[in-house]
Parts: sequence; structure tokens; C-alpha cells
Amino acid sequence: MASNTRSVLVDPLVDNNPIMLQTLGICSALAVTSRMDTALTMCIALTAVTAFSNLFISMIRQGVPPAIRIIVQMTIIASLVIVVDQILKAYAYEISKTLSVFVGLIITNCIVMGRAEAYAMSNPPWPSFLDGLGNGLGYSGVLMAVAFLRELFGSGSLFGITILEKVTDGGWYVPNGLMLLPPSAFFIIGLMIWALRTWKPAQTEREEFTIQNAYADGAKPTAA
Amino acid sequence: MGFKRFLDSIEPHFAKGGKFERLYPAFEMVETFVYTPEKVTTVAPHARASIDLKRVLFYVVIATIPCILWSWFNTGYQANLAVQALGLDQPAGWRGSLLAALGIGFDPANPIACLLHGMLYFFPIYVVTVAVGGLCELAFAIVRRHEVNEGFFVTSMLYVLCLPATTPLWLVALGIVFGVVIGKEVFGGTGKNFLNPALTGRAFLYFAYPASMSGDAIWVPVDGYSAATALAVSAADGHQTLGAAIDLSWTEAFFGLMDGSIGETSAFCCLLGAAFLLYTRIANYRLVAGCLIGMIAMSSLLNLVGSDTNPMFAMPWYWHLVVGGYAFGLAFMVTEPVSAAMTNLGRWIYAGLIGVMCVLIRVVNPAFPEGMMLAILFGNIFAPLIDYFVVKAHIARRMKRYAA
Repeated sequence: MASNTRSVLVDPLVDNNPIMLQTLGICSALAVTSRMDTALTMCIALTAVTAFSNLFISMIRQGVPPAIRIIVQMTIIASLVIVVDQILKAYAYEISKTLSVFVGLIITNCIVMGRAEAYAMSNPPWPSFLDGLGNGLGYSGVLMAVAFLRELFGSGSLFGITILEKVTDGGWYVPNGLMLLPPSAFFIIGLMIWALRTWKPAQTEREEFTIQNAYADGAKPTAA
Repeated sequence: MGFKRFLDSIEPHFAKGGKFERLYPAFEMVETFVYTPEKVTTVAPHARASIDLKRVLFYVVIATIPCILWSWFNTGYQANLAVQALGLDQPAGWRGSLLAALGIGFDPANPIACLLHGMLYFFPIYVVTVAVGGLCELAFAIVRRHEVNEGFFVTSMLYVLCLPATTPLWLVALGIVFGVVIGKEVFGGTGKNFLNPALTGRAFLYFAYPASMSGDAIWVPVDGYSAATALAVSAADGHQTLGAAIDLSWTEAFFGLMDGSIGETSAFCCLLGAAFLLYTRIANYRLVAGCLIGMIAMSSLLNLVGSDTNPMFAMPWYWHLVVGGYAFGLAFMVTEPVSAAMTNLGRWIYAGLIGVMCVLIRVVNPAFPEGMMLAILFGNIFAPLIDYFVVKAHIARRMKRYAA
């Protein structure tokens, strides 16, 4: 069981990453990654919601009638999201303003629902909690990497601290405006998926069909 | 034949089992660029034409020659006009020093001086494009073990011609890397790209570094001189004021005596290129005709609709044809067979869509004075979908015919 719990926690980091392999949760990865501090807040919020929603859903999984299970899951997730939102508003008002609607939209994040439905509904509470934590961390890893690149090349700073002095401030760095636009996250995530699948070819999807090769039998016809 | 003998003598090193086996694509690139490949089709059908992919792409490069020549002259001419207007002895920078040292001068009335001045802008950009883009291409060819394709010559030429002359060289390098890698190689290389690689690179620069790619100060490569493009003037005050504001008549615009990206200004040269491509059947006439019809229909419609606040509504189609990048895109980018639709009906729809979108973006969207680049990329994205529906409709029609 020990190695199993470990793999529940570690697998989603690289081998079964929610963003890179399952392509879930992309919308928030585009929306909140132009700065690292907002991305970090979002990561903590989502990890907390995923972990605890998995925990609570798993605890009551035996008593939930299958016909209304989605409604029950949504109720739990929504309550957790409201709690997170209120905490942010109370203790980190500025950041909660920049995150605006995206904290509330955690409720629609496919990762949360996906883990609740796919894992917590059929596993005991502790592994479910770890699974939620692991998936939250897998999401966070990607988000922080994307935010690192976007903030560094888009604004020349990290966590708001200037690293590359911008031309407009008398430095040498010409910021890349595309990095501040949400579509750049698509490019970055796409390139990261490319790198990951080159590293771990097992993650590459199977071809939907094979292209017929005239020389498949190895007998190359000779030129007449 | 010395060079051929040399190539033959080093060939074993690059063949299977040789020392430099992995560098075979580099060898192949040089050999088949200079000499006709010995490899011939070995399986049926044995229809042979004297034209292969390399020659097709080479024809496209030939078709751009009028634009290239004109770009040298016009870039220099506009720069020299600016020098004259500002009353300078020579523009700042090494180009100014070099031309002054050679005694060529900066007289806009002297075509040789203009030509040389323009070449000094064209060649640095071109050399950087070919060197950096070529390296990317070669790296992918070696890792993926395919052959280097002459497609890159076309891409690099079109890319250079659609940049402003003041583009910093590091941006040129960045853009072509993005164009080659994201626009082409990630999808499997030449022939598998669904976007036009040159435009992908340019669009990347346009969105990432708008200060270097748009505005009034970037078109003429003389410091402190700013000149609005014909499209920007038309968007602000209407095309009727072009003559008064920047002294531009339709004929001048048609032949390309105006500001703009390096090679796009002359509709005449672009149309010469298009005529050559149509004559050699490399460009499909449906693409050219469809794009013209779309543009003319949409601009005429907007002329009829009219607007009190937006002067662009009144711009007639013959102005749309000659200003901005429309003619250049029409001749060299809409006609690119790989990223266009593949079915004949699809080609009409695809090209018409680009014509309509180009006018629509120019006229209705205040953020983008030029719409051709975005319209073509938009069309590229829709091309597979258009083909899909055309083929589906075709199948459905035939099914009905046989069911009866």
C-alpha cells in the first residue's frame, strides 16, 4: 500500500499530468499565467479545492445515490470554492481582484470534477486526498512553468521583481508582447507537451490509422 | 565538373555506414540544389514530368524577382526622399557612411543610388533569414532524417519581402525561427504545414513586438522620419485624401512608389509574379480569381452600405488592390498550394473567404489597418474544413445519383 499511495501522489506530476497528458484545466492555464503571483495563488486555491473535494466526496461516496452524484459533488466543490474565494478576499484582496472570476470558475475546472468522478467515487478517503493533492500539484507545476516564461519574457520580471530591465525603463530588454496575451500559453503548453513526449514517448497518442507503405514487406523494387 | 567530382568523392562518407551518416541531409541539400537528383520514381504510375518539387519552388522564387528588384529601388528611394526632406547630408549608421564614402550620395532622382541604398537594407535581413532559418531547417532534417527542402527558399524570400525595412535583425531571426519551427516543422515539414510559414513568422512578430512592426515610424529606414502608410491615411481620413496627405496617386500606388513592407508596395510587380505563376500552372487560377472576386464583392458591398464615421467604407476595390499587402498576398501566399484548399470548389471558397476577410478587417476593425496577413492565416485554418465539406457534399451527391 505504501508504494501505491506514493504513486497516487507522484504519478500526476509527470507521468499522468492533468494538463500535459489529459489536457484538462487549460482555460485557467491561459487566463491566470501572465504573472507568477496570480498563478501561484490560483495553484494553491485549486490544489486545496481538488484535495479536499476528493476527501469529502470519498468519505460520503457509499451513501450517495448514483443518480444524483454529480449534484452532490458539485455542492461540495462549490462550497469549497466559496470558502477559498472568501479567504482570498479577506487576506489577499489585491490578488483576488486580479484573479477576479477565475477563482469562482475553479468549480468548472475539469480537473476537480474529473478527479472526483474518476477517483474519489471509488477509492477510500486518504488515497483520494493524495490523488487530489497530486493532481493539484501536477497542475501547479505546469502553471508555474508557464507563468515563469510568460512573466519573464513578457514583462521582464518574476513575482513582480525586475530581472530583465525593460527598454522603456532604460534597460536593454524589449518585452515580447505576445507573452502577455493568453494565446501564448497555448504555444508554451504545446511546446512543453512536445518536450515531454519526446522525453517519455509512452505518452504519445497512438496513430488513428497507419499510412500504407508500398515497401512494407521490405522488398524494394529495383529500377528497371 | 570539378565540383560534381568532389561531391561524388565525398558522398561515401555521408551514405549509410559512412562517417557522417547523420549529416546526410546537409550533403543531399547541397548536391540536389546544384545538380538534378539521380533518384527517379520506381513504382507505377510512370508518368514523368521534367518538373519536380525543387523546380516548382524555384519557379516561385523566380516569380518574386520583380518584387525583389523593385524592393531594392523603392526602399532606397523612400529613404533618400526622407534624407532630402529632413535636409541631412547622410543618414546615421553604417549604410550612410558607406554610401557617402563610395561617393554614391543620396539623391532620390538617381536610381542607382536608390537601388544601392535599398540593397543595403534588403541583404542584411535576407542573410540573417537564410542563415538562421536554414540552420533550423537543417537541424530538423538531421534529427528527423528527412531531406532539406527548397521550400525554405520560398519561405525566406516571402518572409523578407513582407517585413518593414527597419526590422531589427534579432527580430528577423526570432520571427523566422518561429515561422519555420511552429509554422512548419512541428507539423512534419514542407508539404504538411497547414499555415504559411512566412506569414506565421510575421504574425508572431506583429503580435509580440507591435512597436517594431506597426505604426508610422517604421516604414522608412531613416531615424526621426515618420510616414503613414496609404492604408493608415485612408483609415484616418479616407482614400480621397491620399493625394493631398502623402502625395500618392493611384498609378504611383499601383507601381509601388509608396511606403510599406520591403517587397509589398508594388501591385504591378506582384501581378507580374502572379501572371508568371499562373502561366506555369504553379498557381491555381481559381485561387487568384476567387480572392479577387471576394475582395471586389466585399468592398463594393461596403461602398454601397457606406458609413458617416468610417471613411474606409468608401474605399473602392481598385484602391484595396494596390495599397497594403493585398497584391503581394494574392500573388504569393493565397496561391501557395500546401496551405490552400485542395479541391477545386474548395479553392473558390477558400480564396473568396480571404478576399472578403481582408476587406472586412481593413474596413471594420480599427485595430488593424492591414488585413491581408490575418485574412490569409484565417483562410489557412479553414482550408481543411472547407475541403472536408466539399468532399462530403461530393460523396452525398454521388450516393444520390447511384441510389436512383
